[in-house]
Amino acid sequence: MVDIKIESEPLDVTGCTGKVEDVTCGGMSIFIGTVRNATNGKKVVRLDYECYQSMALKEMRKIAADAMQRWDIQNILIHHRVGTLHIGDVAVVIAVNAPHRDAAFDACRYAIDTLKKTVPIWKKEVFEDGEEWVSAHA
Amino acid sequence: MKITILAFGIAKEIFNSSSVELHVEEGSTVAILKNELETIYPQIKKLSSYLIAVNNEYAEDDIVLRSTDETAIIPPVSGG
Repeated sequence: MVDIKIESEPLDVTGCTGKVEDVTCGGMSIFIGTVRNATNGKKVVRLDYECYQSMALKEMRKIAADAMQRWDIQNILIHHRVGTLHIGDVAVVIAVNAPHRDAAFDACRYAIDTLKKTVPIWKKEVFEDGEEWVSAHA
Repeated sequence: MKITILAFGIAKEIFNSSSVELHVEEGSTVAILKNELETIYPQIKKLSSYLIAVNNEYAEDDIVLRSTDETAIIPPVSGG
């Protein structure tokens, strides 16, 4: 099962893990990305996320399909939130389950690492004294 | 022909708009489009990198554009 979503509402972590539950699996690996309170010592006020929705969904589906092909996993869920997020808010949930834990860990790690490289989603960090699109400039 | 380029993130701020229209010769490639964009909006060159997407796929420089394509500029992504 593949479950891909981009939402502007808060992500429901328990709901996400419930969706991938499967009695054929012996382990579930979950990555929860949250908003940190500081970057390089600068206090973060909020993050503004935006996406190129049609392409972002397509790239997320590719990641899920690649993971399904590369590892013996049963289900993969990738949900990303967009809009304005505050400290501690959940920005991304990835849940993968598999008969055995190695595949679940590896596929989950692959999914978040690849998402950060290829999925057209952007975040702007808003600090107390300015703002910056993350990774835009070297 | 007329090409509409969708913009997101910092590119939207550089264009001061969520999309811009550009006129290029029929048969123009992604490389030609990038050149045009960099001439009109030199700030693009200051980005750590950027890509062009055509019909929701990252496009290599030699891809030929059509006016019916959905074209977008993709500045460095930062999801997660």
